[in-house]
Amino acid sequence: MTGRLAPAPATGTAPGTAPGTAAPGTGTWRPCGRHRPVVTGLGVVSPNGLGTERYWAATLRGDSGIGRITRFDPSGYTSSLAGEITDFDPARLPNRLLPQTDLMTRFALVAAEEALNDAGADPRAMPDFAAGVVTAASAGGFDFGQRELEALWSRGGAHVSAYQSFAWFYPVNSGQISIRHGMRGPGGALVAEQAGGLDAVAKARRHVRDGTPLMLTGGVDGSLCPWGWLCMTRSGGLTGRTDPHRAYLPFSPDASGYVPGEGGALLVLEDPRAAAERGVRRIYGRIAGYAATFDPRPGSGRKPGLGRALRLALDDAGIGPADVDVVFADAMGVPTLDAVETQVLAAEFGPRGVPVTAPKTMTGRLLAGGASLDLAAALLSLRDQVVPPTVHVDSGDVPDTLDLVVGAPRSARLRHALVLARGHGGFNSAMVVCGRD
Amino acid sequence: MSKIHDARRVVITGIGVVAPGDVGTKPFWEMLTAGRTATRLISSFDASPFRSQVAAECDFDPAAEGLSQRQVRAWDRTTQFAYVAAREALADSGVTGEADPLRTGVMAGTACGMTMSLDREYAVVSDEGRLWHVDDAHGVPYLYDYYVPSSMAAEIAWLAEAEGPAGVVSAGCTSGIDVLTHAADLVRDGAADVMVAGASDAAISPITVACFDAIKATTPRNDAPESASRPFDRTRNGFVLGEGAAFFVLEEYAHARRRGARAYAEIAGSATRCNAYSMTGLRSDGWELAEAVSSALDIARLDPSEVDYVNAHGSATRQNDLHETVAFKRSLGPHAYSVPISTIKSMIGHSLGAVCALEVAASALTIAHGVIPPTANLREPDPDCDLDYVPLTAREAAVSTVVSVASGFGGFQSAIVLTEPGRRR
Repeated sequence: MTGRLAPAPATGTAPGTAPGTAAPGTGTWRPCGRHRPVVTGLGVVSPNGLGTERYWAATLRGDSGIGRITRFDPSGYTSSLAGEITDFDPARLPNRLLPQTDLMTRFALVAAEEALNDAGADPRAMPDFAAGVVTAASAGGFDFGQRELEALWSRGGAHVSAYQSFAWFYPVNSGQISIRHGMRGPGGALVAEQAGGLDAVAKARRHVRDGTPLMLTGGVDGSLCPWGWLCMTRSGGLTGRTDPHRAYLPFSPDASGYVPGEGGALLVLEDPRAAAERGVRRIYGRIAGYAATFDPRPGSGRKPGLGRALRLALDDAGIGPADVDVVFADAMGVPTLDAVETQVLAAEFGPRGVPVTAPKTMTGRLLAGGASLDLAAALLSLRDQVVPPTVHVDSGDVPDTLDLVVGAPRSARLRHALVLARGHGGFNSAMVVCGRD
Repeated sequence: MSKIHDARRVVITGIGVVAPGDVGTKPFWEMLTAGRTATRLISSFDASPFRSQVAAECDFDPAAEGLSQRQVRAWDRTTQFAYVAAREALADSGVTGEADPLRTGVMAGTACGMTMSLDREYAVVSDEGRLWHVDDAHGVPYLYDYYVPSSMAAEIAWLAEAEGPAGVVSAGCTSGIDVLTHAADLVRDGAADVMVAGASDAAISPITVACFDAIKATTPRNDAPESASRPFDRTRNGFVLGEGAAFFVLEEYAHARRRGARAYAEIAGSATRCNAYSMTGLRSDGWELAEAVSSALDIARLDPSEVDYVNAHGSATRQNDLHETVAFKRSLGPHAYSVPISTIKSMIGHSLGAVCALEVAASALTIAHGVIPPTANLREPDPDCDLDYVPLTAREAAVSTVVSVASGFGGFQSAIVLTEPGRRR
């Protein structure tokens, strides 16, 4: 059949059996399995920088993108701070796409273009069905949706846009990206609030292992409109503080919640042999391991699932805790949830056993985009051998057991990075990335 | 050919359904095999201002289904459907207490999430569209659960006492197949032994009806609601909006055998492709849907000639039914002309992301009971839709392999292959 992809050798997916790795927990360096899917391109749209390198430079400088919302007047709401993207130019996209896209889809299209360019990949030039796209979503195009709901209720059904049927829906970014770049392989979206930003990458990894040479994946999200904002304030996790420097303070005794934001990151994930065959010379790293769990019902007396997700992800990567060189924390900023994460990290790595960081203190939590942006930051950390800082948190406020990298970046020898993400309602995901061999 | 080893096989050991008509799998199957339709004029709100006023509604009373007052009040109808369907699937499978919670997960599919609640609550906080800065004082505490539809997966996980992988898969109108693909992959890859998976959509609300009116995708046949959904018929003129949910207990085959569970069918293969062409339109050559079918059959290691029944998407839009017919010819070759093909959308309408899960339920029941549900309302076949669409009357047949397909907004095209459980491969 035309376009059928050639089968390649099995890749051994059972946890702990991946070739190229030794017994877990020894702390000695082993090459990250050469069979593992490689990340060959990144695209970033973030409140503290548009584009991968601008984001990364800002993040290492500790530049925060959190401020009082400007897109609408937040004074009537219980929270007013967000990580807002204020320098985005929609003219970067073809005119015809503008009437049919929510702002977060425009962000996603720009990130997709950057990621594919970065990877030097042109899906249209690849064999049929050789490239697909799986993204993470949370609420879809809510800003677009508010405008159409307004049209419906104030002017009647005949005034609802012909684009509304798809402009708001959860897999809209996957659909629009696939159309723009001619990506005809597997597609779709995963939703698990913040955790979905890792789940989507894991699903893309699955498609690569199953024979699709290239997947674009990750999450770009946001709904900074009054209707989206009102919904977000009902999550129970938002801080009501108004000073951008003292609002989102994960792991601090005076943590009062988090600040939401918009943006995220998309990654080009490739089969390593396919990438080599098309002449890719530079990779950011590899997706080494992943796992997801769900918390037991509150009051059941059973332990939350974050620690288990972490351990299962390390098993999947074929490594032990001593092999992890940096952790990108979920860093919810809600005291009870920070306590769970602090305990998990101490239990798995020992007190101050691993550097931990939360660059999302500069961007806010980006819904489905946040964990993907953390994954991009982790890969950039591995590339540059530097841990980006957590900002706004005073070092003296951090629990004794936690080696939180605060204030300034820290140079370190980094081979494996662990990214943790929790989604509202009890979703836990963990992903391990390893650097270039 | 799939690169991933398939030592771990996945079977369906429980089915739960909330479909138009009465709640439950048994009434669903009786209605389908009788060829009865559940399409009618919209009763849940005044649809008279809209172009299409027909829908297939579920006669669903959450209190009568045993939901608590809190669940009735706080949960969107989509979550209520999902919960009741998942509860039936769990009871049907008998898996409760026989699986490790840490090895049990949940995946829920949906196209529209909590649209009905968001539409209703928006009208309140905006004072019916008058306020751009919606009013905080009138915002209910459940808004975030409506905003992020993974709240539905969380409720089912608590119901199933599942602590394995959980989440929502959404790909518009292919969600109900894609969620089963994802859940089955998690079982095959060893991340779980049991997955409670399915899809739910309850979006018969003004915003949804307006959306489909705007692109004339739904039928304006308001004078004949009972026969408004006419897939593959010459007179078809759009789909009938539906609602519903189907959930399944998916189980690793050896795990199911060890506990002596009944298996309805095996999920032998599935695939999805993007048409990369249009967010709403379909390419006339059916290439991507055909590729999804071929790929799913490859994964199942089946030849097209071994397919005993095709459960079609059959949305009854002019474009879809032609697209699909071409795709079947392209993927099944000459066998397309002899294999029975039917669509239950003729009876239960198009419940968006949920419908292909309902279609998988019908496909599994076809294998279990040896009865192919008909395509209702197919009285004047479209000469360009020239395959055997099993018009009007159910057909008894020994069916061991079914292909069910879906096609949707975003350009997503999906296919899933079900086989008799335990088939050698």
